[in-house]
Amino acid sequence: MVSARLKDALITALIAAVLALPLAGARTIDGVNGLTVEWHVVDVAVAAALIFLGRLSIGLIIDGLAAYIAPLALIFGVVAAYMPMPSPFLKTVAVIGGFSIAGRAAFEILRRRFRSTHHPGHWITSFAGITLKSEGILKNLTAVSLLLFVFMLVFPFTPLSTRYSMDVAIMVLTYVVLAWGLNITVGFAGLLDLGYVAFYALGAYSYALLAQSIGIGFWTALPVAGIIAAIAGFLLGFPVLRLRGDYFAIVTLGFGEIVRLVLTNWTTLTNGPNGISGIPRPTLFGLEFARDASEGRKAFHEFFGIAFDPMQRVMFLYYIILTLAFVVGVFSVRLRRLPIGRAWEAFREDEIACAALGINRTRIKLAAYSLGAMVAGLAGAFFAARQGFISPESFTFQESATILAIVILGGVGNPLGIVLAAVFIIGLPELFRELEQYRMLAFGAGMMLIMVWRPGGLMAVREPTVRLRAIENKV
Amino acid sequence: MDYFLQQLINGLTLGAVYGLIAIGYTMVYGIIGMINFAHGEIYMIGAFVTVISFVVLGLTGLNQTAFILMIVLLSSIAITSLYGWTVERVAYRPLRHSPRLAPLISAIGMSVFLQNYVQLLQGARVKTMQPVLQGGFTLSVNGDNFAVTISYLQIIIMLLTTLLMITVTILIHRTPLGRAQRACEQDKTMAALVGVNVDRTISTTFVIGAALAAIAGFMVTMYYGVADFFMGFLAGMKAFTAAVLGGIGSLPGAMFGGLLIGLIESFWAGYVNAQYKDVAVFAILMLVLMIRPNGLFGRPEIEKV
Repeated sequence: MVSARLKDALITALIAAVLALPLAGARTIDGVNGLTVEWHVVDVAVAAALIFLGRLSIGLIIDGLAAYIAPLALIFGVVAAYMPMPSPFLKTVAVIGGFSIAGRAAFEILRRRFRSTHHPGHWITSFAGITLKSEGILKNLTAVSLLLFVFMLVFPFTPLSTRYSMDVAIMVLTYVVLAWGLNITVGFAGLLDLGYVAFYALGAYSYALLAQSIGIGFWTALPVAGIIAAIAGFLLGFPVLRLRGDYFAIVTLGFGEIVRLVLTNWTTLTNGPNGISGIPRPTLFGLEFARDASEGRKAFHEFFGIAFDPMQRVMFLYYIILTLAFVVGVFSVRLRRLPIGRAWEAFREDEIACAALGINRTRIKLAAYSLGAMVAGLAGAFFAARQGFISPESFTFQESATILAIVILGGVGNPLGIVLAAVFIIGLPELFRELEQYRMLAFGAGMMLIMVWRPGGLMAVREPTVRLRAIENKV
Repeated sequence: MDYFLQQLINGLTLGAVYGLIAIGYTMVYGIIGMINFAHGEIYMIGAFVTVISFVVLGLTGLNQTAFILMIVLLSSIAITSLYGWTVERVAYRPLRHSPRLAPLISAIGMSVFLQNYVQLLQGARVKTMQPVLQGGFTLSVNGDNFAVTISYLQIIIMLLTTLLMITVTILIHRTPLGRAQRACEQDKTMAALVGVNVDRTISTTFVIGAALAAIAGFMVTMYYGVADFFMGFLAGMKAFTAAVLGGIGSLPGAMFGGLLIGLIESFWAGYVNAQYKDVAVFAILMLVLMIRPNGLFGRPEIEKV
């Protein structure tokens, strides 16, 4: 048994070493006479050794040797923290790997103990000694959401709020809105949209261009941007929604790229890669948030007779996006309970059965797609107003992938999970700047691993919105 | 006319490369019905391994160009194939029986991961290489200093691609491996019942696709002399367009689609507008999927319950 595990771990490590040798072991750098190579063979060897140990311990845990692995992995994690390593990245991997394997082993020990002696039911519930009822979870979710919203409402007045934390909060909320919008398309209706950022871009450019050409304000532009994006979604959706799921995904990806390329190349309209700057900021009933108001306008601080503070504008933006998030959140939760929401659910679970029930597939797909687009358009207008500057750089496929990663990590179709995922994906790397460069790497790996382990998405709640109450009560 | 001829030559070269990548998409789609979104990144890795092994061999001071080219090509094929195999093993095999979108999301994750993996290790800057093979034939010289040329590299690319196409066609239609692949394509359960090792056949398909992508990456690096971590995205999209245009699942379709996309791109850039050549390709992808989702040579797909 152990020898088989050894062999398996050895092969894995060997494959990893061969894979990593050219790309990680020989790094090409610009030298005096063209490219030259910087060798990092030790890194590769250490990485292969770590992979060998990791694979071996996981194999042995499965074989029932968890009791030996747990302390060993723990010791390894501690030792690795003080051992010299060729790069900080490998050190992090070694330490985190050691601790997570120890955790995995401890988990296995507990699992075996509780499964054999206690209730025969599901082990998590018996382990924690609680019984979970799905109805209860839903009620708790509402309470948690409310609590979260109240906290967000008072957040700017708590000591936690600094200029920086407010900026991060605004950014996280923007992504929450975007992800909720995409959730309508991906989570509710099960349509994978890979070009979602196109509608975000359309919203942003609609506001920027309308403000520059005919000088409309943010509050007029917000619904207009939403409507423009929704119409774009409708027009694109009409021909492509006949397509099967994966073809649909690819077409939306193509659409996203076309929008970005047109924005980059149509220089007379969009100023191309240089972007549009000087986009007007939102006003509060005509009151501006600036030290000196422009002609014929009044500034917020003058009107209320208080001292000027740049934080006022940040707080104002924060409340705009919080309101937007609240509206979109309530809207999308209520949407699920409407007939259209139920039709989406039915469609997502089984397209053909859904059509057999007489549901017009094209119509409900179109509704999901254009509603998702509308939310992206609203978020885009806000983004343009907040930044004051937009360029095609902000609307790449990476952006679509990021929003998709939030939806998937949050559990496809789970609004509260999406909030947590947005905090995790957008907020955490903001707070730990040195992690920034590993962010997309982690997204990619995360998307892949979540699909492999839980194809329904992490924290997925697939609560049926309709129940047969009478029958349930009798039973 | 001369200008036309030159664009034709350039377009065919480009199309040969797209065709080779497109075979990877079409074979994988044929056998397991999924879009291998990370295939463009496999091609990018092929190009990077080419650059790296060139630089490493250059440091050893070898002088025989043909010998170096051979080693570089072989190492690129070997390592890239291993990447192809690993990608299937890690990201797709566990999802063999999940709903259709799960493997696609996993593939997107793999693609994002590989892009950033290469960017972190090799840097975000474009890698430029010295041209290895130079020179070519001049076909005709015009009065106003416009010469139609075909370089040795372009000839090699076209010849190599033709050779590979013939090899792959023979492989699919004449060998036990090809028979196993066609069997899996039709019905995996039945194929397993008559003794075909389905998992191994699928792995082999990925390895062949990756090897062809590696050759494409090698040729492009030779041809343009540059490689960067993001090159796989656009090339992958175009090759996928080629596969769809030719009818996904069809081998001659992929090659034909590749040539067509190469020609369209080249003529669009030459006669219409160089800035919008990528838009043209994406627009073709969308139009083909909307109007004729089965492509030019594809079979119609039947929806099963």
